[in-house]
Amino acid sequence: MSAFLDFVASLGRFLIGACLGTGRLTLFAVEGLSHIFRPPFYGRQFLRAMLEIGYLSLPVVALTAVFTGMVLALQSSTGLSRFAADSAVASLVVLSVTRELGPVLAGLMVAGRAGAAMAAEIGTMRVTDQVDALTTLSTNPMKYLVAPRLLAGLVALPLLVMVADILGVLGGFIIGVVKLGFNPGIYLSNTLDFLRTDDVVSGLAKAGVFGFLIALMGCYHGYNSKGGAQGVGAATTSAVVAASVLILAFDYVLTELFFAR
Amino acid sequence: MTSGSEQSERERSNKDVPKIRLRGLTKRFGDKVVLDGIDLDVMPGTSMVVIGGSGSGKSVLLKCILGLIAPDEGTIEIDGTNVLALDRARRETIRAQIGMLFQNGALFDSLPVWENVAFGLLARRLASRADAKARAETVLAQVGLAPSVGELWPAELSGGMQKRVGLARAIAARPEVLFFDEPTTGLDPIMGAVIDGLIVDCVKTLGSTAIAITHDMLSARRIGDRAAMLFKGRIVWQGAASELMESGNAMVDQFTHGRREGPIQMELRK
Ligand SMILES: Nc1ncnc2c1ncn2[C@@H]1O[C@H](COP(=O)(O)OP(=O)(O)OP(=O)(O)O)[C@@H](O)[C@H]1O
Ligand SMILES: [Mg+2]
Repeated sequence: MSAFLDFVASLGRFLIGACLGTGRLTLFAVEGLSHIFRPPFYGRQFLRAMLEIGYLSLPVVALTAVFTGMVLALQSSTGLSRFAADSAVASLVVLSVTRELGPVLAGLMVAGRAGAAMAAEIGTMRVTDQVDALTTLSTNPMKYLVAPRLLAGLVALPLLVMVADILGVLGGFIIGVVKLGFNPGIYLSNTLDFLRTDDVVSGLAKAGVFGFLIALMGCYHGYNSKGGAQGVGAATTSAVVAASVLILAFDYVLTELFFAR
Repeated sequence: MTSGSEQSERERSNKDVPKIRLRGLTKRFGDKVVLDGIDLDVMPGTSMVVIGGSGSGKSVLLKCILGLIAPDEGTIEIDGTNVLALDRARRETIRAQIGMLFQNGALFDSLPVWENVAFGLLARRLASRADAKARAETVLAQVGLAPSVGELWPAELSGGMQKRVGLARAIAARPEVLFFDEPTTGLDPIMGAVIDGLIVDCVKTLGSTAIAITHDMLSARRIGDRAAMLFKGRIVWQGAASELMESGNAMVDQFTHGRREGPIQMELRK
């Protein structure tokens, strides 16, 4: 009996903790978002965040996209040739990349790169009193540190995914033409024939959400880190893990929203 | 009975009202009591030196007054206004009049030194970037740093240089109130004397009110008009800074003379 009560108690503690955590995170997100719309605006901070999240993530996202496109073409051709449906390779590649793999893989890559860097930077600022110093210098840290990064995440990831979409298709094209012997013109027209605008737009919308989640996790864990270098390390890990899990979970939710009608 | 705002208006103009007045200030972290009912008055245009052992809550005291840490009990009055009862915007205006040198410098390492020094000016749009840079170089010169240092990054500075940049950042906007958390720790004796002189200058020429934390008794007597000793979260002694060495208080005596034996027992074996 008492073992059962202990279990209920710890379950309760866990649930209360989870609710508190979710509440705190929501408040943090709302406050951060609200600062995006209220002056003063920190353009330099925004540009710097765009550079870090967007531009510096380009190489890794580009490589991921090209290889994914190549693998998709290979895999689908071996699979589809069993059904004598070789001509579907091009459409399969473009649909998988734009609707699903572009946003998700770019999101996971950026979470590992930029999300971790964000958590580490803000976390270090927190444990070395720099966040407090901002406050004493008439600067709201939520506005100066968090808001520009949230906005940059929201804007930069769709841009990255546009690049990833193109390079993913290019990867498929290379394999299709060089290895599988498709006619380049036919491959391209196959690619475009079945592609609809909402395939691309839904992928970009997903990317916006993922970018926001990455920046939110990086900022939130960094902002609340404590306890020196070890605390910053823990914050960085939590930021990456949380962002990755949230990306996959929201990917399901958004797909359900967009396509399951 | 006058209304609240009239009363504080009257008090503001009154030189007898402390610039900073703490009553019963209490702060706990978990069940650890760090500040245990602090009463302290700092008169306008004077400087108060706070001494006390490591971990006695000196830094926490300053952070409470700044509003970076919320105290559990007590009041903090600045110019006769209880700042804990103010809304965020009013609190912000009061905080903008306070310059703070953090114990570890807390320089922004993503910005070059001159932008660190000019940060408060730029943040409040008090100067253009060019003017702010010129002002930063003037202030850097005051703390004994060449203009070329302004172009370096904080990570490229020695510990003592970082401290001086932190000091420059604190005084750049000529605040009414200045807090120094160990301003001379890590400096050589001559630079320590220069910085002490600078702090005295700020208090005298700007008419600023200052609270300085220090472990350096020479420096304490140079900068302080008055001194207070913090022990176990309470003020155990207050007096003129010049009396620090012969205060007649056993704890202060032990502390200022650095004796091992006395009422303060270091909790080493436990
Ligand atoms: N954010 C915090 N959370 C929990 N405990 C804290 C926090 N900040 C300070 N403390 C505790 O409060 C006590 C006082 O810390 P404080 O930094 O004020 O010491 P100090 O008097 O400035 O010491 P020193 O001379 O070494 O700088 C310490 O025991 C510290 O562990
Ligand atoms: Mg301290």
